[in-house]
Formats: sequence, C-alpha cells, structure tokens
Amino acid sequence: MDIRKFVVGSFDDEAVLFPAVENVRKTGYKLHDVYTPFPVHGLDKAMGLRDTSLHTAGFIYGLTGLTTALSFMSWVLTKDWIQNYGGKPHFSLPAWIPIMFELTVLFSAVGMVLTFCYLCQIAPFVKKHHFSPRATDDRFVMVIECTSTTNAQEVENFLAGVGAQDINVQVAEAGWWLGRYDMDRKLFETQTQTATA
Amino acid sequence: MSVIKYESFVREPLVDGDKTYKQVTEDIVYTIEAKPTRLWYIGFWIAVVLLLFGVYSLYKEVVYGTGQWNLGKTIGWGWDITNFVWWVGIGHAGTLISAILLLFRQGWRTGVNRAAEAMTIFAVMCAGQFPIWHMGRVWMAFFVMPYPNTRGPLWPNFNSPLLWDVFAISTYFTVSLLFWYSGLLPDFATVRDRAKTKLRKLLYGVASFGWSGSTKHWQRFESLSLVLAGLSTPLVLSVHTIVSFDFATSVVPGWHTTIFPPYFVAGAVFSGFAMVQTLMLIVRKVMNLQDYITLGHIEAMNKVIVLTGSIVGCAYLTELFIAWYGANPYEFDIFYKYRIAGAYGWSYWLMMTCNVISPQLFWFKKLRRNIGFTFFMSIIVNVGMWFERFVIIVSSLYRDYLPSSWSLYYRPTIFEIGFYLGTFGLFFVCFFLFAKYFPTIAIAEVKSILKTSGETYKTKMADLEQLSLEEFDKKMNHHH
Repeated sequence: MDIRKFVVGSFDDEAVLFPAVENVRKTGYKLHDVYTPFPVHGLDKAMGLRDTSLHTAGFIYGLTGLTTALSFMSWVLTKDWIQNYGGKPHFSLPAWIPIMFELTVLFSAVGMVLTFCYLCQIAPFVKKHHFSPRATDDRFVMVIECTSTTNAQEVENFLAGVGAQDINVQVAEAGWWLGRYDMDRKLFETQTQTATA
Repeated sequence: MSVIKYESFVREPLVDGDKTYKQVTEDIVYTIEAKPTRLWYIGFWIAVVLLLFGVYSLYKEVVYGTGQWNLGKTIGWGWDITNFVWWVGIGHAGTLISAILLLFRQGWRTGVNRAAEAMTIFAVMCAGQFPIWHMGRVWMAFFVMPYPNTRGPLWPNFNSPLLWDVFAISTYFTVSLLFWYSGLLPDFATVRDRAKTKLRKLLYGVASFGWSGSTKHWQRFESLSLVLAGLSTPLVLSVHTIVSFDFATSVVPGWHTTIFPPYFVAGAVFSGFAMVQTLMLIVRKVMNLQDYITLGHIEAMNKVIVLTGSIVGCAYLTELFIAWYGANPYEFDIFYKYRIAGAYGWSYWLMMTCNVISPQLFWFKKLRRNIGFTFFMSIIVNVGMWFERFVIIVSSLYRDYLPSSWSLYYRPTIFEIGFYLGTFGLFFVCFFLFAKYFPTIAIAEVKSILKTSGETYKTKMADLEQLSLEEFDKKMNHHH
C-alpha cells in the first residue's frame, strides 16, 4: 500500500506541454509522470528520463538463443547420436544456420516482451490507478506528487499558470495491485486524507 | 511567395477529414462498442460452417489416411503443400507492413498495420494446419520436437528443411503474435477507459494489462517495437526462404534451383499485399474507415504489388532462361515440355497471366487509384499465386526422373477442397472476431502521425510557411 497525494493537470497541445514540463523541472516539483495517449516524440528527454536498456537485454537474449541452438545441435549431431546424412560432415554448420537464426529471434523476442512487461509492471489482472480516463484518449495528463513539504494549492496554481486544464488533487495508490476493472476498490477513506491538505 | 511549404507535393494526407485525437478514438472504437450488424452475423456464420466442414474433412483424413486426398505415386504433395505455402506467403505481408515499413519510417503503415498483422497471425495459423495434418500419422506429430525421450533419445533431423520449417513457422507465429499484441496494449487501454458495461471493463481491463500511458512505458514500448520490427524483418525473409528450401534442397527437376529463396519471398509479399487489399477494401467500406485507409494507402500498396509482381515475373523468365542455358535435360523438359505445354499447361498459363501480365496494369495511376479494379486485381493475384505453388509442386512431381512412375492426372477430392475451405473458415472466423472486438486500426499510432500527416494541420502550418528560412530554422531548433 503506497498511498500518496498527487496534483493532476491535463494538456491538449504538445506546444504547451513541453514548456510546462521544463518549468516543472526548473521549479523542482516532483514530477510523478506524464500520461499520454500515444508516444510523444522528445517528451522522455524533456522529462529527463534515462534511456531504456531494453534493446541491450534483447541482444543478450538473442545471443543466448544463438548459443543454445548451436551447442545443442552440435552436441546431438557430433556426440550424442551421430548420423550420416548424405555423406555430409558431422559438424554441418551451414545446415544449422536456419535453426540458429530462428532461435536467436525467438529468444530475443520472447525475452524482450517478458522483460518489457516486468519493467512496466503490467500483466493480465494488474490494475493501477489511472489519473484521468482521457489519458488514453486525447489529453496529456501531467501528475505532480505532493511530498510532505509541497503545498498542494501552490502546485495547483503553478499548473494553472503553465496552461493545464481540469486541475484536481487525487489521493491514490502509486503502485499496482491485482484486480478487475469492472469492480471498484476502496483503498482508503477520501474524507480524512483531503482534510490534511 | 513563401520559400517553405508544409504540404509535400508528393504525399497526400494520411488521415483525411480534419480529425482531432478524440475523433480518431471515436471513429475506430465505434464498431467495437456498437452491436454487430446483420452483415457481420452472416459472414461470421458462413465462416463457422466452412470451418466445421474443414473439421469433418480432417476427421476423414486422420481416420482413413491421406489416400482420402488422392495423393499417390510421385504426386506425394498436392493441395496440402500448395495451400501451406499459399497461406504462409499471405502472412508475410502483415509483417512487412508492420516491421519493414516501420524501419523505413513510412507513416502510411499506421492505417493498415493492425489489420495486416492480424491477417498474418490468422494466415500462419491456417498455414500451420497443413504440415501437421498432412503427416498421416498425426498422433506422432510431437516426434519433431527435440525433447529428451525414451526412443534413444531419438532427435529430429536438424539438417532437414522440413524441420527448419517447424522452427521457422513456430517462431514466426510467436514473434508476430507478440509484436501484434504488444502494439494492442495501448489500444485496449483506450477501449477499457471508455467501457460502459461491466463485461467490457473486465475483459478489456485484463487484455490491456493495466496499461496507463506513462511516458517511461511509452519509451520502452517504442524501443520494443523497433527491436521487434528489426527482428521480424529478417524473420520474414528467413521464414519464406526456409519454406522455399523444402523444394530447393531437393533434387527434383524444376525444384532444385537457387532462385527459389528470393523468388518465394517476393512472391509472398506479392500475394500477401493482394490479400491485404482484399481485406482492407472491405473493412474500410463496411466499418466506415475511409478517412484512415485512404486512397493513398491503397495506391501505395498497389505500387508494392506491381514491384513484387515484376520481381516474380523476372524470376519466372530467369527460370526459363536457366532451364535452357543450364543444359540439364530434366530441367529443360519440366519447363519447356511439361509446364508450358503438357497436361498442366493450362495452370502454367493461368499463373503467368495472373502474376506477370495483370499486375503490370498497376503502372497506370488511374488504375492504381481505382477501388473496384484494385479489388478485382487482388483476387486475380491471389488465384495466380495459388496456381504458382500448384504449378511448382504438381507439374514437377508428375513427370520426374523415372518414366515408369509417371502419373497422369491429379484431381483433388472433396476432402482436400474441404480442408482448404476449412482454413478459410478458420481465417474468417478469427478475422470477423478481430474486426468486431479488437481495434482494427492502431489508434495510438494514427494519433502520433496525425499532427504531421493529417489534413487539419495543413492550415495551422500556414503561418509557419510565411517565415523566412532563418526564422524557421531558429524556431525549429529552439523547440526541442
């Protein structure tokens, strides 16, 4: 259970969003995330996010597939049960290339997708708090976290100043939990939490 | 007179009709949220009937043997392997549209890639049926899997193209499925967040894996898409090359030729794009998506068809030349005695007309942009490509090396036809379900190209066009 307080603002134009993100970083508020309906080019750089190493992981998985295929086939065909296929040499590397290639691709793809799901913490029946239903439709939703030293009203004013719409305060679970989207879950009492704002 | 022009002279807008992001969502999700139409029910139940007939045909084959298929001496492969290669070929267009066009940064792929990838997955499912069920003793199909067993352990023959096929098709299916599904996650989230009924919220909630649209997640998503695209591209090329090796690595005259790998791959792209055209022309009409699958998309796909059709035509002519130049009497006879003339000459000339002559008509812009003609051509190309595989397989097998084994006529039985129709049933059952319950166009991807390639933003760029070069340069560099 990781309940935190957030101030949420929506944007509908990238030209307003980008300067707003720069402003947030300058003023030092804790930018929790920006939720967008599609990947916005350059937004991760603007937010100061580190580049992902997912492709490196993919490369390593691919290498694993390649070595698995090569070592298994050479063991089978030169050690375990040697067969004479049309007088070809026992270590027939050219004939193994198709399967080596396929396993490289297979391991890399499956490994990357599983790693992707693990890193993003997504899976069937995983549920998260969604700050705005329009984040997957047509709005860019910026969420700023209110730590113990942040004044929520100040953040709201700031967001209004940079051009955000639908500004609101939400107290919500920051992580994920297992659940169904057709059933709501009351994690906490809203009344007591907002009173301490 | 402004120096800078926003609208390209060469490219038309990829999304017509002045759309906002919200409208994109509304247009594409509309069919998911609306009740199925009568047309949908009719199509779906016809497909189910075909599928059931296919199951019955398979029952006859499994219980009574492959003799039910009129396969016999020398013609050991007939409709079964023809259909296998035909379906695999069709599947390749989907991956090409998603993966190769992503690597080439072609924005127009976004209108058609989701449905094309779905087509790929269903086509590969259909293709996979043939190698499995044509085995005869299909209950021993697991013999092809390299697992430690009590038979020695007896391993499969890793040097055989037939086994390479097993790995290739399984890998192709898995990777295509992963690529398609990971692209679907954000779109399922879009449907989930609009869902009104409990069942929809539950199902699309599970399907979307809890996707939130976080920037970090999009960053990883783009990296994943790029790498999967980079992997899928050589995968497509390798899969159909491996399928071509089923023939090329043999010594059968007419099969044993090094041109098969590139020829098969080009042919696969050719027939695949024709099938995409068939499906897209129907989908855009029935689901009212003409603003997203524009005439520009249709034309671009027709250009690919004329390109790959020409490559295929080139390959046919090369085969004929080498059959003469190579002075191999068996190969010469196959091409000049038994394909051009002979009992199967009709299939050869049908193939030539459909595949070589007819796509050349797409050099004419008017025909490329004509919907009715495109639909007609897409059927012609698919028929032609089916005959190409039929010609390769049957006309080489019925007259191979030993005259005493020559067979005269091969005619498909009702069960072979039934099996083929059954795969159409399987394909269309899956496709109808996809068209109804899944977003048929990649919503997030279309939104990401909307600003740069939609029709609306042309007008908004008017003031940008009025700037001088220096001002424009400064403005652009300051922005990011």
